[in-house]
Parts: sequence; C-alpha cells; structure tokens
Amino acid sequence: MDILEYSAVALSAAIREGKLTATEAMEAVLARIDEKEKDINAYVTIDREQALRAAASAQERIEKGELTGALAGVPVAIKDNMCTEGMLTTCSSKILENFVPTFSAEAVINLEKAGAVIIGKTNMDEFAMGSTTETSAYGVTRNPWNTDHVPGGSSGGSAAAVAAGECFFALGSDTGGSIRQPASFCGVVGLKPTYGTVSRYGLVAYGSSLDQIGPLTKNVADCAAVLEVIASHDMKDSTSINRNDTDFTAALVNDVKGMKIGIPRDYFGEGIDAEVKNAVLAAAETLAAQGAVVEEFDLSLVEYAIPTYYTIAAAEASSNLERFDGIKYGYRAEAFEGLHDMYKKTRSEGFGAEVKRRIMLGSFVLSSGYYDAYYLKALKVKAMIKKAFDDAFARYDLILGPVAPTTAPKLGESLSDPLKMYLGDIYTISVNLAGLPAISLPCGKDSRGLPVGLQLIADSFQEKKLIQAAYTYEQNEKKI
Amino acid sequence: MAKQYETVIGLEVHVELATKTKIFCGCSTAFGGAPNTHTCPVCTGMPGSLPVLNKQVVNYAVAVGLATNCTITQYCKFDRKNYFYPDNPQNYQISQLYLPICRNGHVEIETSEGKKLVGIHEIHMEEDAGKLIHDEWEDCSLVDYNRSGVPLIEIVSEPDMRSAEEVIAYLEKLRMLIQYLGASDCKLNEGSMRADVNLSVREAGAKEFGTRTEMKNLNSFRAITHAIEGERERQIELLESGQQVTQETRRWDDAKEYSYAMRSKEDAQDYRYFPDPDLTPVYISDEWLAQIRDSQPEFREEKMARYKKEYDIPEYDIGIITDSKHLADLFEETVAICGQPKKVSNWLMGETLRLLKEKNMDPEDICFSPEHLARLIGLVDSKAVNSTVAKEVFEVMFDKDIDPESYVEERGLRTVNDEGALRKTVEEVIAANPQSVADYRNGKEKAIGFLVGQTMKAMKGKADPGMVNRVLKELL
Repeated sequence: MDILEYSAVALSAAIREGKLTATEAMEAVLARIDEKEKDINAYVTIDREQALRAAASAQERIEKGELTGALAGVPVAIKDNMCTEGMLTTCSSKILENFVPTFSAEAVINLEKAGAVIIGKTNMDEFAMGSTTETSAYGVTRNPWNTDHVPGGSSGGSAAAVAAGECFFALGSDTGGSIRQPASFCGVVGLKPTYGTVSRYGLVAYGSSLDQIGPLTKNVADCAAVLEVIASHDMKDSTSINRNDTDFTAALVNDVKGMKIGIPRDYFGEGIDAEVKNAVLAAAETLAAQGAVVEEFDLSLVEYAIPTYYTIAAAEASSNLERFDGIKYGYRAEAFEGLHDMYKKTRSEGFGAEVKRRIMLGSFVLSSGYYDAYYLKALKVKAMIKKAFDDAFARYDLILGPVAPTTAPKLGESLSDPLKMYLGDIYTISVNLAGLPAISLPCGKDSRGLPVGLQLIADSFQEKKLIQAAYTYEQNEKKI
Repeated sequence: MAKQYETVIGLEVHVELATKTKIFCGCSTAFGGAPNTHTCPVCTGMPGSLPVLNKQVVNYAVAVGLATNCTITQYCKFDRKNYFYPDNPQNYQISQLYLPICRNGHVEIETSEGKKLVGIHEIHMEEDAGKLIHDEWEDCSLVDYNRSGVPLIEIVSEPDMRSAEEVIAYLEKLRMLIQYLGASDCKLNEGSMRADVNLSVREAGAKEFGTRTEMKNLNSFRAITHAIEGERERQIELLESGQQVTQETRRWDDAKEYSYAMRSKEDAQDYRYFPDPDLTPVYISDEWLAQIRDSQPEFREEKMARYKKEYDIPEYDIGIITDSKHLADLFEETVAICGQPKKVSNWLMGETLRLLKEKNMDPEDICFSPEHLARLIGLVDSKAVNSTVAKEVFEVMFDKDIDPESYVEERGLRTVNDEGALRKTVEEVIAANPQSVADYRNGKEKAIGFLVGQTMKAMKGKADPGMVNRVLKELL
C-alpha cells in the first residue's frame, strides 16, 4: 500500500507497529509536494529540513515508547494564520511577509505534544477574508480535482493539501465557513467545533467572537482523532471552555437509529445548484435508510445571517488588524514622511483589496452615529439567530443541509463580484454566529466531477452527534 | 463693576493600581527596569496573543468604588478604544465605556469654606500604554512597552469643584482613600496618579456651563494649582474681550508655567468603541462583592476616633499620623511591640517628619520597620544609649533600616555604665580644668555644665549625662 493512501490514524498505527517510519512518511509527503505544488500551490512555507528533523525525532520517541497517541509521527499542514514558533507566519498577507512568531498557537502545541510533525504552512485568503484562496498575496491555490477551479476558502491551502495527498491532515480556521466550504469543494472532511472548544491563543484573529480552529482530514475517524487532540481548556484564552467530553473518537459508531434530523426548507430555495441539492438530499436518504428520522422544517432568519455576519466580522476585523502598522513587526513602507504617512503607506501597500474593503466596512459600522444602527443591531440579530437554532435543536439532534450553494467555481469568477461571493456563505455563517459545531463531508460529485459537500449542524457541545452521524453516513454512503 | 466669574472644574484622575502583574498578562508592573524587559506577546500586541483579566484589578477597582460611595456594576464589560499611536501596541486600548465597573459615587472634602460633596460620575478599568522616547541625536523615536498593560482605574468626577483649593482637597482625599486601600501609592511625580483638569468659567449665578478645556500633563499639586489659576484667567480674558473659549485639549508646560493647545474638538478622534470580544463579561457575584466589602480597611475618620480612645497622644499628632496609611500602620505596629504610644508618636512627629521634609520624601517612602523603631525605643529606655546617640542611630535607620541593637554594638555606641571608668575620666577632667573647678566651688553652679561637656567629650558621647552629673558632684 502506498504510504500516501493511509489515513492519519492508520498511518500512525502503522508507524507505531513498526511497519514504516515517521521519516518515510515525511519523505513520501515531501516527494508528493515536489510533484504537485507547481500545479496546486497549497503551501506558503515548507521547511523540509526542519520537517525531516522533527520526523526523525518523533520516530525516536515512538521507538522509546514516549509517543503512543493516535497522531504520533503523522505529517500535518498548518494554516498560515496560526503562529508557529520560529516558522514564518504570514496570514498570506504582504504585511506579515517577514513575520516569525516567538511562540506557537496552543492548537499547534497540542498537535506537537501528540507527536504530529509539521510540514509547513498552508495558503489561505489574506487574513482568512475570502471564500476562494484567491486573495492570498502569495498566489492562488488550485483545486486538486480540477486546477481551473478554486479550492474554496479561506482554508483553501489546507483543504487542497489534504485532497492532493500533500499532507495527511491539516488545521484550518473557520470564521464564517472557512473550514467547511473548502473541505466541501475539495472533497475532504472539515469540522468547525463549538466556539471555545479549541484555544484561539496563537490564531491571528479575524473575527474574534466567531473564529474557531478545526481539522481538515481524509475521513471522519481522522477528524475525530484530530479534534480530540487539539481541543483543550486554555487559561490563556478567556473564551476557552473547560469540557470533559472531548473523547470524540468514542462517537465513531455506525448507528443513527432514532436520531432526529431536520432539513431546513429555507436551505433549498433560490440560488442552490440542482446537482448540489440532489446530492445533499440523497445523503439525507442514506441516513434515513439507516434509521434516522428525517424531516423538513422552517429555520427562520436565514436571510439575515449574511448582513449580520459581515457587520460583526468586519467590525472585529477592523480593530484586530490595527496592530499591523509597520512599527513592531512585519512590512513597513520604504519611503514616508512622518508617523501618519508611515501608517498610511504601510497599510495601503501591505493589505490587499478584500482586507481593505472589510476594514473600511468594519470601521464604518463602529463609527459614532452608526454603531447603534449597524453593530448593535447586528448583535441583536445574532442573538435571535441563536434563538432560532435553540428552537430547532429542541426538536432535532442535527440539522442537515448543503455546505455551499454550488460546487467550486472557476478561478477568477468570484472576486469581481464580492457580494455574490458573500452570498455563497449563506449555509455556513449562521453556525458561527450561533457558536455551533458543524461538519462538512463529501456526498458525491457533480457532473463535472467536482465534489459536493454535506453539512451537519449540531447544538453547542454536541460534536459527538455530528461525528456519529457523519461516520454512519461515510460507512453506508456507497451501500444504497 | 467688573463681572464676577465662577470656575467650574471636573477631574479625570488616572491611578496605577498596585498589582504585582499587569492587567491582561503575567508581566511585572515594577517601575523602572531596562526597556522592554517586562514584556511578553500580550503586552506588545503580537499577532495571536490574547488578554486574560487579572482579578486583583477588579478587587481594587471595586474597593475604590465602595470607598467612594459608588454603585458597583456587577455585570460589566471591557471595550476597545481604537486609536493609532506607537506606544499603544495593538492600536486599541482595552478600557470600559458602556458598562464601567463603578458609577454614581461621591467623596466629602473639606476646605477653608467648609465641607462639601464632590460627585463621582464613574470609575472604569483600563490598560496603560507604553512610553515613547525621542532620541534627538539619532532623530528617531524608541518605544518601551514595560508600562504597556499596567492596570489603571480612571476616576471621573462630576463638574462639582469651584477652585484649585477644592481640587487639591479632592485629590488628597482620593489619594488617602486609595492609599488606605493599598490599591496604589498615588505618586503624581512618578505618574502613578495623573489628573486631567476639565475647566470652564461662567458668570456668577449663570445656570449653563461655559465651554470647557481639558488640561493634561499636570505632575504635581503645584502644577495643578497654577494651571487652574492660569486657565481661569485665560478664559476670563477671552470672554472679556468678546472672544469665545474653544473646546480643546491643552498641555501644561511645567517649566514655562503655561498651557498650550494640543488639539481642538474638530480633531477629536472617533474611537469606535465596541465590546472586546476577547474578554468575557465580568460578573461580580454578591459573594465576591461582600468579600471585598468585608475586607475594606479602617479608614482615616474611624482610625482617628479609635486613636483618641486608645492612645494618650495629642489630637494634632493623631491628625498627622493618620494622614498617611503607612505612617499609621508604622505607629500601630510599633506600639503593638513596645507598648509606648507616646514615645512612638514622638519619634514619628519629631525626627521622622524632620527627615522626610529634609529629604523631600513622602511618608509612603519610609523604609524602617516597626521592629527596629521599637528596639531603638528600648535602647533609650534602658539607658543603653543616650538621646543624642539615639538620634544619630535613627538617621542611619531611616536611610537603611539597620537593626539599631547590632548597629550600636558594632560601633561601640553603648553608654558606658561602668562607674569605675567614668570616675577615672571625671578625675582627669577635674585635674585638667582647675579654673572651672574653682568657679564651681565658689558657687558658680553653671560651671558644672562645662565639666559635664568635657567629660562627655572625653567619653566620646557614650556616657549617661545623669550619671556624669552625679559623679562630678560627688568628686567635687
């Protein structure tokens, strides 16, 4: 069996059983990267020497019996908005072109403690703002299924790397769908945990109240294993939650009998591609065939999610991105006259168009005289959206729907019409507004051979239900 | 007749809290230190870093709020105040706007006009900024983030004050309350207490407020007094000459004793305040509030009343001693050890105040321990040292907190109580000064003073003057 065909969990088991070594796994991945990267461009930074050194060290510790976890020895790719000590962390922005953090993100530390080995940093939409990975300052990432198409975004590099075998699994971050949508476009599994489950310490903030780190993996079992490792209560993150139910792999059970699944009618109205709709509804039938109780219902307020999200996320982003000023680290304009000119030129030259658009939008909705009308109102709608989900979860264990209205668009189609691009986030963003967990998993392909994603949404802290249903679907997908 | 004007003043007072670590990270708050040595990713605004609230800041803020009769906001939040400046590493300051921790309080002040209440609009918690240092030689600016993230409370008064005297009385009252709480040392010259003065004038009897200005950079009570007087005159002159007062921020130049305009209202920034999503709301439970209330110290008024009952010392002394929490603590702790309130009070009122004044220090700067003062009193009581030596030892103790007992032993300052040795010296003095001896024997009582002096000199000051007197009289 080709090393690259192993799932992350199977690879680690094979390494721990002595069938192969962590170094061999890393060499295989680096060889695949050499072969694929010129077409895909999934990575911003690859540190081969460091990766091989770390793999050798992991192998040694495995042999000594010090590393016994499910991810020991497995090569992993990290989205470039998570700090990695001593390794360039750019957020795919020119403004951080030379930024090397002095510490690692808590999620990265958790992975390293478990023995996973970092290959490098994956490409993304600049500061995670975008749905196509085309706003990166370091070139677009292409979809491994068809390189004329985007991989989705903003965690497009992570999703493409998993799909192309350029890593065994990856970390992404999800503020409005940035894990789930590229997972869907690239035919891999992606999970956005309940807000507070994975520490945000070391994640370069976009929309702080919405950001969550999560896994992108080849299958559901890997997804559960990775989430189990990265979830932790971190005293350095005030929004981190102390959970005692993070044994997510315990939910890898092939059984949905009696599980109540609601399908929001509002998710299948205007704008959804017929092929996507059919694939998602077929997935619902698969689950029904396994004993789940599936029915349609009306989830209210769906149309308010997009304006609410773009108000809150942009407001927080406008403040979060103020620290990039050329004073302390990162890019600084070469020629300037005085402090204010330095700020202006550094930020004008350092940020791309989409980031500037959101900074301006965010500054506007927070400015005096507009705060109540936009930002405060958005917070109120956010609370109402949460309430709508609470009502739904009083009746259902899970909500089932598409991840995105279409499969991956062609390169260059989206950025010319940002409003249309924003509308593509309709099924994912309300999940962030409500702080809920959701998973994206492959449910077939369209007629062009592009993957379609199925989204399952659960109530807060109910990741295990997501994993159980997703695992059941995965096990039974081809059996109908 | 010239118009009469009334001055209307409100204060914004920033107080650095005496926590050991910063408000949102574990870095030291110690003053001084080489630049950027008390820093970490959080207080230098590194990407990915997150703030975590230091609970002690809440304890102090609530304690100050209770001491100033405020209502405590039991569900309060932090907001971001967005503005770009290099000393502000995130380019937003974490502060409180919408739900400050304390509101609607007051303190009572006393001036030559009598007592009055000054209202407190609110008290909020926030983080301090770093410091910019301009290098004239290299023509560049450097930034030190040691102070970045040091916890502050901002106490915003109502516009209730009418004179510099009231302002100083208000500040002294705040300073005393906060020092009693141990929440800050409140030093204007080191910046741990900073006051911005909002001032307007209006014709006596007018109901509406005039246009106000805000003055910053006031580092002493003297500067505050002069700035208030100068600004009052400036505004009256403008009005008298038919001009308008411009709403603006003015910076006080202490050397020139003059304030100049920094920025006007038109340049006022929009800080785009919004709740900080990185911090969860602070919920101060009834239990927590009760805990803080129960651990409030005895404040000055109660202390004065108790001293009057417990100690036989003059009211004037009580006033001075309780004026400073540190002095009062020192007094009580020393009395607890030696049981001699009168003598302790004498040392504090006499030598201690003299040296404080001479060295231009605050009572808070006193370094000697109650144990050592009690020992010194013990040495005098047992006649181990005489009062002149005791004062010399005290000066050293005041500077370096030495143990007076070992100091006296090491330097051989103990009074010589060996009568044989004294007798021998006295005999020598009598032999060396026949004229004085003759004068004394001829009835000139005063001549003995000279002989006592000569004996003390020969004994290098270590003799007990009473014993010298007795032995002299015997031998004469």
